[in-house]
This record gives sequence, C-alpha cells and structure tokens, in this order.
Amino acid sequence: MSAMIQTTYREAIKTAIREALQQDSRVFLMGEDVAHYGGCYAVSKGLLEEFGPERIRDTPLSESGFVGAGIGAALGGMRPIVEVMTVNFSLLALDQILNNAATIRHMSGGQFSVPIVIRMATGAGRQLAAQHSHSLENLYAHIPGLKAIFPATLEDARGMLWTALQDPDPVIIFEYAGFYNNTGEIAEDAGPVDIDRAKVRREGHDLSIFTYGGSLFKCLEAAEQLAQEGISAEVVDLRSLRPLDQTTILASVRKTHRALVVDEGWYSVGIAAEVIARISEKAFYDLDAPPARVCSVEVPIPYPKHLEDAALPQVGRILTAAREVLGQNV
Amino acid sequence: MSDFLMPSLGADMEAGVLMEWLVKPGDRVERGQIVAVVETQKGAIEIEIFEDGQIQSLEIVPGTEVPVGTVLARLSASDAPVLRSEAVAESAPTLPEAPASAVSDTVSIRAAELEVPAAALAQHSASAERLRISPLARQRARELGLSEAVLAQLTGTGPQGALCLRDIEKAAQTPPGVSPLAPHASPSARQKALELGVDLQKVQGSGPHGLTTAEDVERVVSQHALEKPVQNPMRAAIAAAMSRSKREIPHYYLAHSFDFEPALSWLEALNETLPMEERLVYAVLLVKAVALALKKFPEMNGFWQEGAFVPLEQIDIGLAISLRTGGLVAPALKQTDQKNLKTLMAEFRDLVNRSRGGQLRASEMRGGTITVTNLGEQGVESVFPVIYPPQVAMVGFGTVLERPWVIEGQILPRRVIQVSLAGDHRVSDGHRGAMFLARIEKLLHKPEKLL
Repeated sequence: MSAMIQTTYREAIKTAIREALQQDSRVFLMGEDVAHYGGCYAVSKGLLEEFGPERIRDTPLSESGFVGAGIGAALGGMRPIVEVMTVNFSLLALDQILNNAATIRHMSGGQFSVPIVIRMATGAGRQLAAQHSHSLENLYAHIPGLKAIFPATLEDARGMLWTALQDPDPVIIFEYAGFYNNTGEIAEDAGPVDIDRAKVRREGHDLSIFTYGGSLFKCLEAAEQLAQEGISAEVVDLRSLRPLDQTTILASVRKTHRALVVDEGWYSVGIAAEVIARISEKAFYDLDAPPARVCSVEVPIPYPKHLEDAALPQVGRILTAAREVLGQNV
Repeated sequence: MSDFLMPSLGADMEAGVLMEWLVKPGDRVERGQIVAVVETQKGAIEIEIFEDGQIQSLEIVPGTEVPVGTVLARLSASDAPVLRSEAVAESAPTLPEAPASAVSDTVSIRAAELEVPAAALAQHSASAERLRISPLARQRARELGLSEAVLAQLTGTGPQGALCLRDIEKAAQTPPGVSPLAPHASPSARQKALELGVDLQKVQGSGPHGLTTAEDVERVVSQHALEKPVQNPMRAAIAAAMSRSKREIPHYYLAHSFDFEPALSWLEALNETLPMEERLVYAVLLVKAVALALKKFPEMNGFWQEGAFVPLEQIDIGLAISLRTGGLVAPALKQTDQKNLKTLMAEFRDLVNRSRGGQLRASEMRGGTITVTNLGEQGVESVFPVIYPPQVAMVGFGTVLERPWVIEGQILPRRVIQVSLAGDHRVSDGHRGAMFLARIEKLLHKPEKLL
C-alpha cells in the first residue's frame, strides 16, 4: 500500500496537468489567465514558472478563437489542454466544439482526429447569479463525437486528465467550481483512471440514486440519513456523461428496482431525463416504482442565497424524493 | 338507448365517487328513482334517475371517482321486455295461450341476454380503471399466477398507492382462507372517513376480520389532531365556494329593520288553531315572503354564468342549514312561491332533518336560485351574507328583538327583525336592493296573504 497524502480537488487537477506536461511534450495548457494569473481558480498557479510561456499560454478573451486554435493544434499533432474559464462562457466556443472538434473525424472520412481536452468549471451554489451559475453539461453530452466526463472525487480529479489526453477524440472535462477547495486524502501514487464507467460510491439494495459532479456528496449525505431510517440507498456516480455507462446503471436498477436521479441541471431535457429514459427502455420490467428525479428548478439561478439554495437539488429534496419512490408518503 | 351521467351536485363539484349501485343490469327504473349513491365533498348523496327505462349496463364500478358528465350507466328506452309484452297482448287479444308463452319466452331470453352485460361489466371496469402496478410487480404476479381479479383487490403501498413487489409477495404469502384483499370498512366508517378526510387505507381495523369501524376512523383523527390539522372535505367545499364568491362577486350590502309584530301575532294566533305537528315556524313565513317579493325583482333570482346574468323563472329558495358536525349545506325548497305555508313547513322540516342526517338527494344539493339565511336562533341582530355562487343575491334575517318602536307618534314595545341583503353589483344596484327589502317588509305586514 502506498502512502496517503492530503490534497485538494484543485491540487489534484494541477498535479494531473503537471504530470501530463512532464510526460508528453505535445501537451500544453492554454486559456484565459492560465499563465501569469495562475488560472481563475488558481488551478495552474506556478505552472508558468515551471514550464514556461510556450507551454502555459495566456489567450485573449475570445473563446471561439482559442478553442479553435486548440482544435487546430490537435489536428496538427499536439495534445492541447484548453481551459475555458467556465461553462457559462463556453457557448461562445460551441460552434468550434460542435461543428469542428466533434465532426472532423467524420467529415474527413477518418483521416483526421482531434485529440483535444477542454476543461471547464461548471455549477451553481456560490451566489454568482444567473449568468455565472449554469450547469450545461447536458448540451455537451448531447453531441456525438465528444466525450463528456465529470470528476467529482479527488481520485478522478487526479486521474481523468491523463486518460482523456490519450483519447484520439475531443474530451470535455467538467470541474465543479464549488469543489476546488474540497480536501481529502489520496494515494501518493494515484494515477490515471478510466473515463467511461460509472462507479458505485455506496452500495445499497432498496433504491439507486444516480448522480454526478456537484450533487454527488449531497446524495451520499442523503443516503447516510436514509440508512438511519432503515433505507439502503445505492449511490452511483455517473462520472462519464457521454458515453453513459448503461451497464452499471442497469445493473444497479436490476438490483434495487427503484431509481432516483439527482442532477444540478434544469429539470427538462437534462442528464436526469436521459438516464431515466434509458432505465425505462432497458429495465422497464425491473422497475418497482416510477423513476424520479431531483433537478434544479427551472428558473434562472437566483442570486440571493436562500433562493439559490431553494433552486438547486438539496439533501432535503433528495430525501423526500427517495421516500416517495419507496412509497412512503411523507 | 341513453346515458345516465355523473350529475353535478353543486356549482363547485368536479368529480364524485360512485359508492354503490342500487340497481343492476336488467332492472327497470322510473324517473325519480334512487339508483346510486355518490360521495361528494358534501357527503354521500342518493342519485335519482331522470327518465324511465331499463338499465342496460353499469359502466362504473363502485369506489371509482369519475368527473361530472361521465357515463355511469346505459339505459334503454322502456320498449324492452315489458312493453313489448303489452304490445303483443293488445294487438292480439283474441289469440289464446300460444302468444302468451311466446311472450314469456321473449322475456326469459331477454333476461338471459342481460346476464352478458353484467358479466362483461367486470371486464370492462378493469380496463376502465387501469390497475396501478409496477412492471416488476406485474411480472412477479404472473410468475405466482395471481389473477387480474386478485390484483385488482390488493392494496398498493408503492408511490400513489401502486402495487409494488412487496405487495405481491405479501399477497402470495397470505395463508389460504385469509383474504388478501383491501381492508374492509363499514358503511358508517366510510361515511365518517369521508367527512373527516381520512384515508381508509391507513386505518387499522379493529372490528371482526379486521373490519374498519367508525370508531377506528375517529381514533385516527384524534391521533392526527395532535400532529396536524385535517382538512375536512366539506370545509374545503365551503372554502372553495366562499373564496370564489369573495374573489369574483362585488357584493353590496343593505339592511333594514322593521316591525315584525303583525306577522308574529298573526302566526301565533294561527298556530293556536293548529295541531302541534302542523304549527308553523316564522322562518317559513320569511322564506315565503322572500319568494313572493322576488317576482317583482327578477334580477335577484338567477345565476351569473359565463360573464352574464341568467334570470330564472322558477323560484327555489335555498336554505342555509348549519350541521351539528360543523359546516353547512344550502338545499332548496323547490318553487317556493307556488306552495302554501303548510306544504312549505313540511318540506322545510324534512329538509332540515335530512340535511342534518346526511340524506339529501342530488337534486336538492344543487341549491336554490337564491339563498336565505336565518341566524336569528343565535341571537345576532344583523347578518351580512356571502353570496353562494353562481347565485346573485342572498337574504339574511337576524334575531327577533323586542325594541321601543315609534308608531303614529307613540313609543311602543314591538318585536323587530332585521332583513339584510347581499347583492351582486354586476347584476343589481342598491336602489333596487332597497326596494326589494321594502317589498319583503310590505308582504310580511299582511301575513294572511302569504298563506
């Protein structure tokens, strides 16, 4: 057993970037304020000094421009890590991502691939108001040609980047902005992890709670409280939003016969809707209750704390939904 | 063939639960016959049928809640067996026995045919109200060989009362001889549960074979009372109607006190001559006076419907009757203006008794074309009524008080009563309202003309 070290979500990502830069000379990081300022969330602080301006590159405030440049670099044989500050601004680069990164393999008849990794912070809960609190993971998970992954744990924050860089196709990595200070222990030699499988974070047999990213720890807390009520809830971290790990999802439903999906995205047409659709299609005869979902309320995310809290999935809402799925009318 | 529909038993009724059929397919029914019992927010109500005929099929199984206007039963015109046999008898009076036996054959064949719809009913109803069962539970039920009929009677514990796996397993484990069916409840327990807004599924029965009794329901309520208030369905109905009234109707109020002595003296003298059971209460006098006054004030008698006032020819005075268990109903005295005091008194007494006994009929529950409330018994002087929509006026009477009254320059002790009016300002104005109240007073000054 290797030694455990104390780290943070931020530090784990930085370690992963550093390792990639050290191990592969084709890797470079670019984005707004990633070099001299050290990154908007201080993820790349110190990397400029360590690797120099060629490999840690500040860009102008032009998402479409620098994401396009990253796609060009990937086409040219590089392994770019492009940081889009947050998902809120990524829409400006969406044309590059959707019409170029995701389609060039197909359009070129397989002659070109785009091995780019695009990182972006996402999520609400920090009183940044409607324009800076989006959870648009579902937009990217919708697009064939992309992979969309979401590390929630320290191990995944540490290990998903390298695997993503090995992928010949574009990978979007979402980082939950509220997690950067999350602290915990990981193995000193923690390394690459898979990016295409869901993981059971807590085993249970009465109810499956599927979630990812910012809602994972809320679900684990809810599961703990449910356990005190005698309800054994399984918590499954989706990790990869595209492709969805249907095998793990269905296996869990076939065990518990009840499904609840918790997703910080808005209620309609979201990841939760997709997961429930898959369950309904593939595990219909294993269901013992209608699947349920806890999502964000369909409003622009409010600025005042109490309203923002009310708009997002919270432990209380998860508990209520779980009890309803179990037929305990509370 | 015609349809017998779930009737509207009040302006605010959207759906009702068919509790019980009092007829079966093949039965002949007559206009006015009670054929079913329906539960509404206001209580269990006996439903009349409005035409003669024969029940062809029952479309709804007891216990089902259906919206107003849903077909409850199909009715064939009265030309079926009985009429046909009369026709044969009339057209061939000279032919002796042969036709008679033909007739009885026809009847028995018809009776045999009628078995079919009765049997089909069970099947039909199953599809009419689809079983709420999880896919997994259905699969397990199939494995265990539980029939649809058994499933239909199990109590679900899943979301929205759906049958889930544990319910099926439990039913399968129930030892033979013990019914795995839903808990039974006595009729009085059902009535009580409805009144008190209790879900019978959640009441543990203490009667024979686990029968839920009224006491069980009450026990649950008293336990609940400590936890959270239970919204009584009747209270909810009143809340809905009164909120609608105050939200939609621009009320204006008028009140007028007048000398009630002439009417009371006349009534007391009259009562002296009557046997005890025929004696009149003055409320009947008031109701009759209002009914007659309405003839000159058509804008007080009718309904506000779809943005316009619809005056009504018929005058049915609704009586606000408070119930001992709380709440109130406002059944109508039909054609109040057409009836003499003796008839009105009998109907009045009957309505009050049956209201308080929870035995009102559907047509009576619909209420009147205007409502009168008499809070006199409570000793209050003035009433400010809230109009019962879609009606457009309500008349109130306060208590009779002995007051110094000036008559032709002299102060005399007189029994005085106050009549008040809540009028819908969309339909009438204060000027007409005042004249209407004056008219009521005038009619009561000549009580002998009200007889």
